[in-house]
Amino acid sequence: MVNFREYKIGARFFGLALGGSMTITLFMPSFDLRNVNATEVALDKQLWAGHESGFSLDDPFLTGEHRPVRVTLKTDPKTGQPMASTVAYVYPAGTPLPNGVDHPDNLGNIVEQLSRDKGRIGEATKSQGAVFLLSSEPQGDGSKQFYIENASATKGWNPEEVMKAAGDENTYHASYGKAIFVREGCWWCHTLLPEETQDWQVFGAPPMLGDFNGESPTAFGSDRKAPDILHVGSRNSSREWMMLHFFNPRLVQPHSIMPRFDYLWGPIDDKGQKIDFDKWRAEYNEYVDGKRVTPPEVPMYASNSDARALIDFVLSLK
Amino acid sequence: MFKYLFARSEDIPEGSAAVYFGFSAIVWFVIGTGLGAFNASKLAFPDFVTGLEFVSFGHMRQVHVHAVIFGWISMAFAMAMMYMTPALGNTKLWSEKLGIWNAFLWNVGLSLGLTLLWSGMTSGREYSDFPWFIDLYIATFMTIPLGINVWMTVINRKTQGIYTTNWFFASAVFMVSIVFIVGNLPEWFHLTGLTEAYLTWWFAHNVLGLWITPVAAAIAYYTIPKVTGNPLYSHRIGHLHFWSVVVFYSTPAAHHLMSAPLPEWLKSFASVEGVLILVPAVAFVSNILLTMQGKWNMFVENLEIRFTVTGCLMAIPLNMQGGFQQTRAINWYIHGTGWIVAHAHLALLGFSTFLEAAAVYLGLQTLMKRKLYSLTLGNLHFWFLLIGFTTYWVSMTIAGLIQGAGKIYEVPYIDVVMAEHPYMIARWIGGSLVFTGNCFWLYNMWMTARAGTVIPEGRMAHELAYER
Repeated sequence: MVNFREYKIGARFFGLALGGSMTITLFMPSFDLRNVNATEVALDKQLWAGHESGFSLDDPFLTGEHRPVRVTLKTDPKTGQPMASTVAYVYPAGTPLPNGVDHPDNLGNIVEQLSRDKGRIGEATKSQGAVFLLSSEPQGDGSKQFYIENASATKGWNPEEVMKAAGDENTYHASYGKAIFVREGCWWCHTLLPEETQDWQVFGAPPMLGDFNGESPTAFGSDRKAPDILHVGSRNSSREWMMLHFFNPRLVQPHSIMPRFDYLWGPIDDKGQKIDFDKWRAEYNEYVDGKRVTPPEVPMYASNSDARALIDFVLSLK
Repeated sequence: MFKYLFARSEDIPEGSAAVYFGFSAIVWFVIGTGLGAFNASKLAFPDFVTGLEFVSFGHMRQVHVHAVIFGWISMAFAMAMMYMTPALGNTKLWSEKLGIWNAFLWNVGLSLGLTLLWSGMTSGREYSDFPWFIDLYIATFMTIPLGINVWMTVINRKTQGIYTTNWFFASAVFMVSIVFIVGNLPEWFHLTGLTEAYLTWWFAHNVLGLWITPVAAAIAYYTIPKVTGNPLYSHRIGHLHFWSVVVFYSTPAAHHLMSAPLPEWLKSFASVEGVLILVPAVAFVSNILLTMQGKWNMFVENLEIRFTVTGCLMAIPLNMQGGFQQTRAINWYIHGTGWIVAHAHLALLGFSTFLEAAAVYLGLQTLMKRKLYSLTLGNLHFWFLLIGFTTYWVSMTIAGLIQGAGKIYEVPYIDVVMAEHPYMIARWIGGSLVFTGNCFWLYNMWMTARAGTVIPEGRMAHELAYER
């Protein structure tokens, strides 16, 4: 140790330099980033995406365990009476709650207070499950202030009843879809952060401060080998196009370099029949070689397949 | 090597840990570049090996990145530290046994982490893709033990001062542990939103700026004076390099997120600090090139010097790019394009890899007391690496400029993809050349251990003539 004496000044300067750098790059921005109020976009996103889209102990292999779903309700789940179309976010029992419900201070002061007082989010528990709504309160200037409403507390809706009332065709597995997006590395080519170039003119508005509260991971991506898809659902809302594109991108875009994601169909199609991938690929190769006029038919995915969840996610990127 | 895991520290031959680290690094280099070339083939020909989840691009891309950063580059760094730190302190490595365990646990952890990444278990955060328990493992069993060994060796040195290389080593092992722990806070404490995104890039930036860049430079501060016999041109410029790395390189993380809604002051600050990266860069390159005075013949004749100086020369375009491409005006054009991919490879496969390769060549020959088995294979390795890398870099830079033009002038995206196709093929060829060169290297080093000419006591490897 004694030999270090002559380096005392140097060591202190080193601490000062590194500490100063961390103060400026970590401590100071935290004042700007804290207490940003979550926008409608952020609330919607964190409610359908759930607690975590990357690795977490609740879904370690990213296979869709303990994930919320977004449903569109046309009938009241309690009474069965028809009602105006309502979007609800269903967290079955055991599903980790979204970040803004677990840690309401991440919502920003205004949204936090509304969500706590009017939305009663403090009463939601992971063990019981919950149903959330994206509600709004009119403001003096004519705008709306959005907040999270815990419908299990305010309306007495429970997850099972809501799922049943919605039915499979009105259920969107966008949360699991985002986990697949992360797992399959889609974001290595498709960014989720439009830039100040053609993106803002052609692909949609840039994200605002407050559009990301509660999202994890943001998966912005950095390497644009493909178009930005933050707003892809507004450009292209065709489920059939997405299905063909995921099965083999060259079916709809001959020059695409996107990999085939036919393996996300799983072993069986929507009718429970085994999908013969070898036959499909052989016939597709014949089509490419000009021996067939049309490519083989793409099998319809099963309703519990990864392909369905991924398409649900992509179409929810409005 | 495994037999030394449970041997007494004094029974372990000096340099064993460094040799273990060195060979591991080469093996990971072969694996990492092989994966890189395979990935590149898929971007050129998307239907090449298709329909299987485990060989899809999205599953392998991050495995390539982490195999080269934590396998090749970081293990080569550890190897360099294991033999340079004691040599410069005129002492022995503090604990050879800790070094052996460090190398062993490094390989175990990396194999486990890469397997998880490959299977899709990822945090979804670029460069910190490993799930949090792997991050914890890396800090506990990889970087901190390495740091302890380096620090204890520096403290127990038998020289009065501390040579430039050892300042860099000692501070970098400290900084990388801090960067690792702070950069992964989002996973440990579930931080979300912009905080998570910003910390992701804070980590990515600093793992390059406070680990890869300074350690690679520190290696050159050892190899050039050691092999040429010239003293370092200026310790004072070395000081300037060191302090400007700590101050200027640790602050511009926000320049990776210029189009995100981060505070404007932070982006402007990052942009200015980013230009100041030219200060350590100029200090480093000039110091090394001036140390070469009177010994430029060795640039042609000596393999280690050729590798090191080539790496230093690549630091010039690297830092000219790095200093200016993150200013708003230029970032607008090239952000997210292949230009950045080319730049990242210029930093890791160009600048840093060439310096580390020299350190591994020099270290393995010195520690095993064996002259390099074949000069021909060594030369082939150098040229395959240089030509492969250059092909890659030039093709990706052009592809990036095409992409940049495409996004500014609102060209339909698919036209950009089509225009890039030839460059994607060139990229794949470049990557394959690098991979092939590395296979030669692994064979050459293996044969050096088994059949290299014995170096007599007190001589250096480059003083002996090559026999093959």
